Amino acid sequence: MVAQNVAFWIIAIAMVLSAIGVVRTSNVVHAALYLVIVLAGAAAQYILLAAEFVAWVQVLIYIGAVVILFLFGIMLTRSPMGDLDLDNSQRMPAFVASLALVGTLTALLVDAFGNSKVVIDAPTKTSVLSSDIFRLYIVPFEAVSILLLAALVGAIVLARRD
Amino acid sequence: MTQFYRNYLAVAVFAVAALGMVGAMLGVGRLVRPNRPQPEKYIAYEAGSDPIRGFGQSNVRYYVYALLFVMFDVEAVFIFPWAINLEALGVSALISMIVFILVLTLGLVYAWRKGVLRWA
Amino acid sequence: MMLGAGDPLLSGKIDLTVVLIVIGKTVAVFAFLLVAVMLYIWFMRKVIADMASRVGPDTAGPWGILQSLADGIKLFFKEQSVPDSADRRVFFLAPYISLMTAFLAFSIIPIGGQVSIAGHQTYLQLADLPIGILFLLAMSGLGLYGVMLAGWSSGSKYPLLGSVRASAQMLSYEAAFGLAIVGVLVQAGTLSTRAIVDKQAWTGVGSLGTWYVIPAFVAFVIFLISAIAETNHPPFDLVEAEQELVGGFHTEYTGIRFAIFYLAEFMNLITMSAIAVTLFLGGPAGPSLGFLSATGAVNTWLMPVFWFVAKVMVLLFGTVWLRASLPRLRYDQLMDLGWKWLIELAFIWVMVSGVIIVGRNEGWNLIAVVPLSLLGGLGILGVLRASMPNRSELVEEIL
Repeated sequence: MVAQNVAFWIIAIAMVLSAIGVVRTSNVVHAALYLVIVLAGAAAQYILLAAEFVAWVQVLIYIGAVVILFLFGIMLTRSPMGDLDLDNSQRMPAFVASLALVGTLTALLVDAFGNSKVVIDAPTKTSVLSSDIFRLYIVPFEAVSILLLAALVGAIVLARRD
Repeated sequence: MTQFYRNYLAVAVFAVAALGMVGAMLGVGRLVRPNRPQPEKYIAYEAGSDPIRGFGQSNVRYYVYALLFVMFDVEAVFIFPWAINLEALGVSALISMIVFILVLTLGLVYAWRKGVLRWA
Repeated sequence: MMLGAGDPLLSGKIDLTVVLIVIGKTVAVFAFLLVAVMLYIWFMRKVIADMASRVGPDTAGPWGILQSLADGIKLFFKEQSVPDSADRRVFFLAPYISLMTAFLAFSIIPIGGQVSIAGHQTYLQLADLPIGILFLLAMSGLGLYGVMLAGWSSGSKYPLLGSVRASAQMLSYEAAFGLAIVGVLVQAGTLSTRAIVDKQAWTGVGSLGTWYVIPAFVAFVIFLISAIAETNHPPFDLVEAEQELVGGFHTEYTGIRFAIFYLAEFMNLITMSAIAVTLFLGGPAGPSLGFLSATGAVNTWLMPVFWFVAKVMVLLFGTVWLRASLPRLRYDQLMDLGWKWLIELAFIWVMVSGVIIVGRNEGWNLIAVVPLSLLGGLGILGVLRASMPNRSELVEEIL
């Protein structure tokens, strides 16, 4: 048992518990905070895999921007000082559907990578990553900018009253 | 590799120590501070009158700023690896980044022209 | 999932001295930051008092130097009140987030040079992460949670308004802040703070030119403005506009919990100054004492730390000066400055420095290409601004 594996299991269990928290809590802000723990856990797993650039991008984008956007959205649509509790009566179907999804994904992943071992010799260099993006994946990179532009324009159209 | 993990371990130790310090400060405070509960003390502050509940939706403008920020944050994530490796990447990467930034600037221009950046 | 190979973390012999060095560094950084905040608050009050021809704190200790310590101790003895309308769990969580991120951001700052402790070569810095700059940005992003959750969880109007304002402000300037840092990264070619500092190492007076404040001056100015706005320091302290928002996001926090936010705020200011020194002003680089041995304790330990602290203090004096002299911005001015000026200028600067870096390699005629690209950038900016609706058109639109 190496130290990374111990760390992996601790983080994984924390992630699963928080993920359950996300769907179990009826307070939307609490759900967003549980989501932060799940995302931070994913970042920590990336660090265990020595992919530190991806790890901190995960923190920067998902925790630092996307969940913040969620929180702004919650403050926009619901009165934070009133009742925040949300619930509905679809627990059973939701439970069955998510169980089926977990089963499928687990089966797929075990089937694909069940026997492979991850060998990490050295941390991934950011410059290698950069060469890949700007030499091999130029077109997807430019497509990202169009995608972001479209998302922004769409949101502004929705946000404006006229 | 060893160095890599040890660096992060040091950061983790530091984070735990920082949390521990806040905990210690609050713990010491709990031991020494007085506690004389009165219901009036626990009313939210509001210019002396009783607070009206249910208020507090924020302005849609803030949401648009947050959205613009997401866009620029994603852009930053691409621009960092670009910046540190520019010398090796050369002209093609320079041009593709200029195009990328110009497209994103279009988004900013759109928001600007539509008046969502106006605070009035 | 199984991780292959041995165990990199435990491989080799685990030396007790290595563990002790890490613990020692942690304690040292804690002590450094706490003492620095204490002294900064005293210094700030004293300097502003001088600028306003007042006396300032003068009772606790010589020249009132222990005033902040006395204030801090007092706050331990204050009763805590949590509003009934508060979300208690989140309310208690927020101070932890604020102070933790403030501490963590400092962990990658190189305070001094390479020293040898009991036969181990180590840098005077808690951790040298290869992606240090990203870590820094991530921490300032996480710091936003402290502000936002504190305001939201109070269940009170003024804190809520204050926190939404503050977080929108921090978001807005984080974009410009990141782009300003890119101005240095393009030249340095690395994300590690240690490597950035090494590129500005002191070899004589000529190495002043390698400090990135010279080749990236525009980025430096953008960095300073957005760093001050990020930390909600005057003239960007709209968060605690007393006339409008009472105390801002921490209005409902009392006693020691309030002290923690206060501590985090000033700690962030010190960290920002330290980052500015690291990125633009050579970090611990500076002339050593020539008449002493170059490998002696004074020149390897003391002088780099001295230069680092001296530079940070110059910048901190600047922040105090700003606080004493400038009135607060209006919110629309604040947002306009961030989105309509700083980000555009930072973009142009990134492009121009990109052209310089690539052009140097390709053997372009820089004297022709750089002004051309600068003109091109400014031209785009000019067309952009000219195409924007002006104020009178807007009034018509609203009517």
